[in-house]
Amino acid sequence: MTGSERLESPGPAGGAPMLRVEKLSVRYGQGCPRCLSGDPGSLERNYCPECGAVWALSDVSFEVYPGEVLGIVGESGSGKSTVMNCLYFNLEPTGGRARIGAYDGGSADVFGLSLQEKRHIRNSLLGIVYQNPTNGLKMGFSSIANVAEKLIAAGNRNVGRMEARARDLLGRVSIPSARMKDAPANFSGGMQQRVQIAKALSSNPPVLLLDEVTTGLDLSVQAKVLDLIKGLQRELGISMVLVSHDLGVVRMLADRTVVLLDGRVIETGLTDQILEDPQRPYTQELVHSML
Amino acid sequence: MKPLYNFAFFDEGSKREVRRAVLKGIAIPGYQVPFASREMPIARGWGTGGLQITLTLVGRDDVLKVIDQGADESVNAVSIRKLIVGTTGIASTDDTAEATLIQSRHRIPEVPLTKGQTLVLQVPIPEPLRFVEPSEFATKRLHAEKEYSGAYLALFEEIMKYGRVSTGADHPVTVNGRYVMAPSPIPRFDNPKMNDSAALILLGAGREKKIYAVPPYTRVVSLDFEDHPFEVEDMGGKRCSLCGATGVFMDEIHEDSGAVRYQCNDSGFCLSRRGGGKGGEA
Ligand SMILES: Nc1ncnc2c1ncn2[C@@H]1O[C@H](COP(=O)(O)OP(=O)(O)OP(=O)(O)O)[C@@H](O)[C@H]1O
Ligand SMILES: [Mg+2]
Ligand SMILES: [Zn+2]
Repeated sequence: MTGSERLESPGPAGGAPMLRVEKLSVRYGQGCPRCLSGDPGSLERNYCPECGAVWALSDVSFEVYPGEVLGIVGESGSGKSTVMNCLYFNLEPTGGRARIGAYDGGSADVFGLSLQEKRHIRNSLLGIVYQNPTNGLKMGFSSIANVAEKLIAAGNRNVGRMEARARDLLGRVSIPSARMKDAPANFSGGMQQRVQIAKALSSNPPVLLLDEVTTGLDLSVQAKVLDLIKGLQRELGISMVLVSHDLGVVRMLADRTVVLLDGRVIETGLTDQILEDPQRPYTQELVHSML
Repeated sequence: MKPLYNFAFFDEGSKREVRRAVLKGIAIPGYQVPFASREMPIARGWGTGGLQITLTLVGRDDVLKVIDQGADESVNAVSIRKLIVGTTGIASTDDTAEATLIQSRHRIPEVPLTKGQTLVLQVPIPEPLRFVEPSEFATKRLHAEKEYSGAYLALFEEIMKYGRVSTGADHPVTVNGRYVMAPSPIPRFDNPKMNDSAALILLGAGREKKIYAVPPYTRVVSLDFEDHPFEVEDMGGKRCSLCGATGVFMDEIHEDSGAVRYQCNDSGFCLSRRGGGKGGEA
């Protein structure tokens, strides 16, 4: 069985996907006839030797079903964060479409929407936890304000209600109440990631994007954050895209996994299958390197 | 003797350029218009933005008033007034009602401004979102998208820290339902004076090279929350120890004896009440 056959197998939950990404491409640089042909052989890794363009993503497609956790694995530079940044509208893709089940019945390509609509989707249908907490948090503002930021952005203008919601969420991610008014700048890395998670959850989003949530954290702290995510997933049934270069994290959380290499999907399937029976030599290497 | 400078210091070309920015600002209330801020004989950050607007607009028939934090006689007000009067020969006054052109730092006069008057406010930081977003590129985009969460976030944070909105000055306002604007470091007490003002209000930031405007009779609303409505500083029960006024913005004077008394911050207002024989009346 090849990777592309696995791609076509229906999701575990069946039904319509919560998130469908089709042929997502991101190019840095002008591009030239050679690399614009789309022929995978035209690039050296993700780089066009002819014009010097970097194809951070080339024709990346995947689905995430309701309540499912989809893992994205791949070495450094393979394009994982680029996928996340496109989905959160931080980065405009060069090509491709994305549909969100909770928006317009999943019929609209969200990349083609107006800035206002994108902001609405970002504030109410998506949550993100960035690889680098400084991208997701205002380090000098109180943790409560950080969580409330998304609520304010969604149009909430009631301080009392926003504070109550923020306290509730920060409590869920085990930030002690005495520290909720502290700035994340004074927190450990694990606490910062938990504040990011609380913020991401503030609008009750049906889709959560997690980029290397545990990278750089102590093992014991990692375990706590992973338990938290697992619990949230079970309890709230949120669909998640979980990016990690750590296969252990993916094994623990992801139902299905996409393997990225040089901006391309080289394998997709059930996480267990991919880890136990990797088809592509690169995936085999990736799996064996962690055994 | 032929004067050393053109009327009002600037050459006519420079004036035209500033006027273009002023006109654009008036056409788009609350929008920060970039302009080529000139070198001035006073340092940037000392009112050069306001001064450039004033020098550009002043005509031979204008009557000038310059105040700094409410006072006509502070060093800054005096030196700016000297410069304008010295390069134009126009008349100046302390009396708000008499002035046609008023340049001010940190206050809007207590006497309600009237039709035909122009108030020029000096601005240190024109960008109301600067505190939450350091990049100019990003704030420009936020204005374009009318995305003002950041301004609310800053107020929310103050409520978290101090239990209430504590912006002593420069409390952000929405102008004409569109742009969020820094009113310059006037006390909250003065924000309502901007709403539906009969006078034209121009704001200039020399260092940041921005001009913006509130045209006469424009709706100006201070940002707030449902459960934390905008409030001005409470002047209730405070009475000016010099002129007896109440309900105006007061300075707190701490006597050596430890006693506290109050005094109108707007010295021209206070003086005219006393000079007009109304002293002691309240
Ligand atoms: N501004 C840019 N100009 C050119 N290339 C870029 C730019 N930004 C990112 N890239 C390239 O895009 C590719 C994908 O980067 P991305 O950050 O998505 O990788 P990643 O899989 O998240 O890596 P990591 O595991 O290190 O976080 C990399 O080759 C990177 O060098
Ligand atoms: Mg990354
Ligand atoms: Zn090329």
